[in-house]
Amino acid sequence: MRGIDVDIPYGQMTLLVGPSGCGKTTLISILAGLLDPTAGEVVLLGQNRQTLRGSRLVRFRAENIGFVFQQYNLIPALTAVENAAVPLIVRGVSRREAVERAHIMMKEVGLADRVKSFPSQLSGGQQQRVAIARALVNEPRLLVCDEPTAALDARSGRLIMDLIKRVTVRPDRAVIVVTHDNRVFDLGDRIVFMSDGLVESIQDGTTTARP
Amino acid sequence: MNWLAWKMLTGDRTKYLGIVFGVAFGTLLIAQQSSIFVGLMRRTSSQIIDISSADIWVMDRKQRNIDEIRPMPDNRLYQVRGVAGVEWAVRLSKSLVRVRTIDRDSPELNARDGNFTQGILIGVDDASLAGAPLEMLRGNPLDLRRPDGIIIDEDGYKRLFPGQPIQLGKTLDMNDRRAVIVGTCKVTPPFQTFPVIYARYSQAIQFTPRERNSLSFVLAKAAPGQIHQELCQRIEKQTDLKAMTWDAFFWMNIGYFIENTGIPINFGITVTLGFVVGAAIAGQTFYLFTIENLKHWGTLKAMGVTNLRLIGMILFQAGVVGAMGYGIGLGFSALFFEMMERSGQPDLRGMWVPWQVASIAAGAVGLIIVVASLLSLRKVLVLEPAMVFK
Repeated sequence: MRGIDVDIPYGQMTLLVGPSGCGKTTLISILAGLLDPTAGEVVLLGQNRQTLRGSRLVRFRAENIGFVFQQYNLIPALTAVENAAVPLIVRGVSRREAVERAHIMMKEVGLADRVKSFPSQLSGGQQQRVAIARALVNEPRLLVCDEPTAALDARSGRLIMDLIKRVTVRPDRAVIVVTHDNRVFDLGDRIVFMSDGLVESIQDGTTTARP
Repeated sequence: MNWLAWKMLTGDRTKYLGIVFGVAFGTLLIAQQSSIFVGLMRRTSSQIIDISSADIWVMDRKQRNIDEIRPMPDNRLYQVRGVAGVEWAVRLSKSLVRVRTIDRDSPELNARDGNFTQGILIGVDDASLAGAPLEMLRGNPLDLRRPDGIIIDEDGYKRLFPGQPIQLGKTLDMNDRRAVIVGTCKVTPPFQTFPVIYARYSQAIQFTPRERNSLSFVLAKAAPGQIHQELCQRIEKQTDLKAMTWDAFFWMNIGYFIENTGIPINFGITVTLGFVVGAAIAGQTFYLFTIENLKHWGTLKAMGVTNLRLIGMILFQAGVVGAMGYGIGLGFSALFFEMMERSGQPDLRGMWVPWQVASIAAGAVGLIIVVASLLSLRKVLVLEPAMVFK
């Protein structure tokens, strides 16, 4: 990647789109504090990324960032609600309290009746809902979703994107969704188009800006 | 986080049980074979164990174990008694003798019986009966004073009279001499599965083929306050014989068998195989388990789990399977020996899992677990959390 200059605003769902290999994954890895940029400056939730190192960075991620993955990455041995509770347990919340809070999130994503199901007993769409509940249970300030609809059929994908838009976007939270599914572009408040390691254009509402 | 580690571990039951099986298999082989080895080595010194009333064993200077005996003249007893610090000293003979179950009182039986076996004959001091069996099952050690009286160990009795109820008064033939069973006893099972027969010294030398000398050992008791080691040195100096404390003789005897037989090598190979196979099964399965869970480890890393906590989780998992496998393996080993003991089968009677063997097995399991964990830890620690997006 080179010459990237992009803001991810709070209170909006920003879509990061572009063909395979254009640098989307690298960009969200840097934004999520999982990769170090080789050059340039990243300000993450008001903090200079350079100042976040080692255990500080790990704690920062645990407290501020939620993840939704393409393949859900649910732990097969845990029930849906236990999976949703994992980020809280990672932060040291007691298991009982974590599961209680996870129950609320499971209701939020419409899976109150499947809390005791294991991932293998859920459909792809349901698993992704659990993953969304898991990402939100910690009340993160940044939510990073990597191709959340890629493993789903069109209808389920649309439902998931609707859900993300409905339950995740809040004034104090930035949401970034990597996708190349143009059927859901209309749900994004802001779309960052990438190509060949560059930001090609940014579509903000009705305005399209080109760097 | 241990809860999460436990859930991840037990979630894949096939692998979880595979790892536990590997550790249990290794433990079972290590503990069982090592225990049998220890038991066999103890058996080589069974008569030393059973004759614990004496502090010091005196024997020919060149003697290397309890079985290869060079008999001494009887006057050696008096030389030992003459050493300052010896409270008492008595004679002891030990020899192999052919025992026949011909019943002189019922000659009609002889035609169809006449079974024979080798027996270990212990001749104890006529006066004090020092060296006589300590644990009598039937009869009394004093009955050795009865004419032709012998005491036989109960397993030996069953070998001589298979399927017959134990009955005192039965007669045996040893070196064409009549011997009457006046008691049965329990002994530490000997290395060879021969019956152990006790008789008075003067009687015992009649049961064995004649030799110029018949004194195998002099058993000596140290006077109160005597340092046994110093007393041994005094005896050796004054008599030109070998004098050893009870435990020194015990270990010398075991050392002889370890050095001069193939037993340690054979058992060593089996134990090593148990370790290698256990380590291979457990190590490989645990490694595969970790590899298959890399995605989840990566997810946890992305969520903010530190490497230190991941190490803790993996070590916890390894510890759990190690403890379970060890418990099962050791339990089965103990059960095996318990069943052997209860079955009355004399071949493995009197064997158990000594705490030292249990500790060694624990160490071996620990090593297996550490190796398995290290292989897995390496993979997890170098894992980039960004891989969750790949």
